[in-house]
Amino acid sequence: MSQTLNYILLIAGMLFSLTSTAALLIWVERRMLALWQDRCGPNRAGPLGLLIVAADTLKLFFKEDWIPPFADRKIFVLAPAIIAATVLLSFAVIPFAPEILIADLNIGLLFFLAMSSLGVYSIVLGGWASNNKYALLGALRGASQMISYEVFMGLSLMGVVMLTGSFRLTDIVMAQQDYWFVLTQPIGFVLFLIAGIAETHRLPFDIPEAESELVAGFHSEYSGMKFGMFFIGEYLGITLISAMVVTLFFGGWLGPVLPPILWFTLKTTGFILLFILLRASLPRPRYDQLMEYGWKILLPLSLINLLVTGAIFLFTS
Amino acid sequence: MSIIWHITSAVAILSTLMVVTRYNPVHALLYLNVSLMSLALLFYLLGAPFAALLEIIVYAGAIMVLFIFVIMLLNLGKETAVQEKKWLKPRVWVGPMALALILLLEIFYLLHTSQQMTGGPYANGRGLGTAVSSRAVALSLFQTYVIGVEMAALLLMAAVVGAAHIGRHKKTNLHRFLNEDHPL
Repeated sequence: MSQTLNYILLIAGMLFSLTSTAALLIWVERRMLALWQDRCGPNRAGPLGLLIVAADTLKLFFKEDWIPPFADRKIFVLAPAIIAATVLLSFAVIPFAPEILIADLNIGLLFFLAMSSLGVYSIVLGGWASNNKYALLGALRGASQMISYEVFMGLSLMGVVMLTGSFRLTDIVMAQQDYWFVLTQPIGFVLFLIAGIAETHRLPFDIPEAESELVAGFHSEYSGMKFGMFFIGEYLGITLISAMVVTLFFGGWLGPVLPPILWFTLKTTGFILLFILLRASLPRPRYDQLMEYGWKILLPLSLINLLVTGAIFLFTS
Repeated sequence: MSIIWHITSAVAILSTLMVVTRYNPVHALLYLNVSLMSLALLFYLLGAPFAALLEIIVYAGAIMVLFIFVIMLLNLGKETAVQEKKWLKPRVWVGPMALALILLLEIFYLLHTSQQMTGGPYANGRGLGTAVSSRAVALSLFQTYVIGVEMAALLLMAAVVGAAHIGRHKKTNLHRFLNEDHPL
């Protein structure tokens, strides 16, 4: 009985900490962007401007939650829930520390890929249900971008699977006790990071919502907490991709002296900051450049990486 | 485990019925998605976790997205729903229903006979079948069924070449000064 209770507490605690991380990221992103762009950023409400989180959340809650009369009501409501749900579900397989893990699936990596491929629906359905041409254009771009980048996202990880011989994320972490996989799979790491940015449609690749051309892309018609769900989904997506990069290429919770969970948090925070730095420094590519880059450069590169890894693996074993 | 199996099967059947009876194509496709996901869960319960997740990644995550993509591009409005309503008259249902009934009777018969032989509809011990690891799937794909895999690869290659041919850019000359062959 106490085991079941522990399990439920673990899930509740993880949900709480993840959603509060997403909320905190509002402040982190603004402050860090300001730092890198030589501005002050939000610094008035509370110590270091931390209360901006409360202000933003309250604002979202009290805004009118409007559904346009020309929209497809049911799907319009469903779309923002999908992104938050799929991203939160992916966290179930991530080993934060040896004992802090919800589901130790033997196909954990595939589960992550499956959930990230379902996340596309949020953008596609949100854009379609809005019945607005800018939203539809954003949805079309989002669908093609995410499908293209998903292809080599999976392929770039197969090198790691080959080295470990397992899809279980705990096994992958344990296999990195001698050295991190970023040393043996540097190309796989870079490819996965790029694919991850495209999957979360963060700034260099935020083509689906490109505000300078498409108003706000797929979520043009959204307001209030429904918009908030897209927002939370995006921040949770950043956290998820950072956590996956750490688990797969940077030894997960492994590290000297400090407790495992602290190591995991430190490494993940580093990658979240990298995501924000990318937003602060890189311009957005054109849509056709993005697709060309994906299919003509990154996909062949991931195939070559797979081939070379396989060959070396065959010769050494 | 058995109760989860029954709930999932009920969801699968219900969602598939909804696919057939919806007038709006996007709603129908969403129900098809639910149906595919419940099928994936059934695979998982039957002891094929690899197949289950491939079902979600390939069917629900890629193929269905392309379906919705195309339907979005077609921009079907209220008229299509009206037309669908016209097509889904009870008279239209008779033929397919009769054929489906035959299949249903066959399934019942098979379930009945196999139950007599093995003592349960999905009896492998009392669990829902032994789990097939991804290693076993890979070994059977690249040893036992390697010819099938190669043939599928050939077929896909032909499809890719065809798509590349259809999608090839034709050179258009906007003006003789804008011709790429004769730079100014």
